[in-house]
Amino acid sequence: MNGPADLRLGRRKRADLFFRVLAAASAALVLLSLLLILGTILWKSIPALSFSMLTKTPQGGFYLGKEGGILNAIAGSLYLAVGATALAFLLSLPLALYLNLYKGKGSKTAAWTRFFLDVLWGVPSIVYGAFGFIIMLALGLRASLLAGILTVALLEFPILCRAIDEVMRLVPRELKEASDSLGATRFETAFKVFVRQTAPGILTGVLLAFGRGIGDAASVLFTAGFTDRVPTSLADPAATLPLAIFFQLGTPFPEVQQRAYASAAVLTLIILLISLAGRAMSRKATRHVVK
Amino acid sequence: MNGQTPISIRNLSVFYGDLQVLKDVSLDIPANRITVIIGPSGCGKTTLLKSLNRLLDDTEGVRIRGQVVLDGEDIYAPRTEVTRIRKKMGLLSQRPQVLPMSIYENVAYGPRIHGLRARRDLDRRVEHYLQVAGLWDEVKDRLREPASVLSVGQQQRLCLARGLAVEPEIILGDEPTSALDPQSSQNVERRLAELKRDYTVVVVTHILRQARRVADYLAFLYLGELVEHGPAADVFAAPRDPRTRAYLTGEIS
Repeated sequence: MNGPADLRLGRRKRADLFFRVLAAASAALVLLSLLLILGTILWKSIPALSFSMLTKTPQGGFYLGKEGGILNAIAGSLYLAVGATALAFLLSLPLALYLNLYKGKGSKTAAWTRFFLDVLWGVPSIVYGAFGFIIMLALGLRASLLAGILTVALLEFPILCRAIDEVMRLVPRELKEASDSLGATRFETAFKVFVRQTAPGILTGVLLAFGRGIGDAASVLFTAGFTDRVPTSLADPAATLPLAIFFQLGTPFPEVQQRAYASAAVLTLIILLISLAGRAMSRKATRHVVK
Repeated sequence: MNGQTPISIRNLSVFYGDLQVLKDVSLDIPANRITVIIGPSGCGKTTLLKSLNRLLDDTEGVRIRGQVVLDGEDIYAPRTEVTRIRKKMGLLSQRPQVLPMSIYENVAYGPRIHGLRARRDLDRRVEHYLQVAGLWDEVKDRLREPASVLSVGQQQRLCLARGLAVEPEIILGDEPTSALDPQSSQNVERRLAELKRDYTVVVVTHILRQARRVADYLAFLYLGELVEHGPAADVFAAPRDPRTRAYLTGEIS
């Protein structure tokens, strides 16, 4: 009964058990953190959450705890993130297709491009903000929705491009050959086959980039500015939710601080809704994907 | 068409980097016959097949020397349009690779990119070639479903229909039954035997019994070298080269 094999089996079973407990504990911790964050934000924001918070721009004395809401920041953030994500997508999709269809697996150009994109991914957003600010000054632009969109697009671009690139790298070579052997051009193979095959992954990348863009404060601090009004043109400055949180939390008034939490709740809700919508769309896009 | 050679391979050598995979291969493919290329794995069979419709073009570090003449035209000549060459050949790969779209769209894909637009023409073409591939009755009620729901055997016949729908002259098969169950294999073999009336068929296989069943013309490739070729009956009955004899008797495989 107590031979060396039994002893070893006992040790292996203990190691197995240890890792099962560890995995379960990690999962529990992640879930708990999420619930804690959501709970805190919601609980703290309840006193300030109201309909006018969502539908009104700041009125007189808003920053002293009086009239108005954060419509300026909600609209600003949505304009900015939608614009930036669209722009980043227009740059990312062609580059990812180029890397995967026009450049071979062993291409040095492709390897370097991926490396640079990874470096760009790691650049802190305040650096993008500072860079955007310098460009703005050089061009003689004011802080505006346009400058914010351009800067955030730059921030999102490496994320989106690499996300699309990674799913495209998984496309089997045979799928490309199947399309090629029917006499398709690379362009046709790219847009009719690759894009369809990777549609769910592309969508995930877009959501990832959108989430990063709408939640970022540092890149828009100098470039998009802040305003109490809803922007009506690309040349207007635009308020954003992360900056609204930042400014409201920085005031000494508890009523205004509560509004910061309300802003955070709204921001979280927007990201949640976008994720859910994305999931639904992704399920639809998966229908034709070939395994 | 009989007696003509739609494809003539002349002194073809293929290198992957420093490795020479095909050594000075010369072979005339007879029209309206099934030419079977046999040989052990890794001896250049697939490379030879892919060199016929320039699928090697995008492979990293590949060098090609020699000529492949298709209908009197060197397909590797600088001015040759690669999409036009490929349109002349339908390819069946080892594992059927359906496109990420519906059953209908899989077959319509080729004709569409080559300019067929009218709905009725497309419908007719799709139905016709699904029938030729022996798949129509199984899918006619679910043409809008994703092609990936089909069984592997059905997928391979869909790939056949897809390849035929661009109206090629030649059908290339790269071990087209290797992923299929025996019944589906038999089905595909039977299709190929029927199709040789209208097409020239080139099939790569390492299954000797399959070669015996379908081959009209046989080519034996060993370590990149075309050892022997000729009418299948002759080669099977009396192989001239000792290596061919060794392969046919199972001494090397």
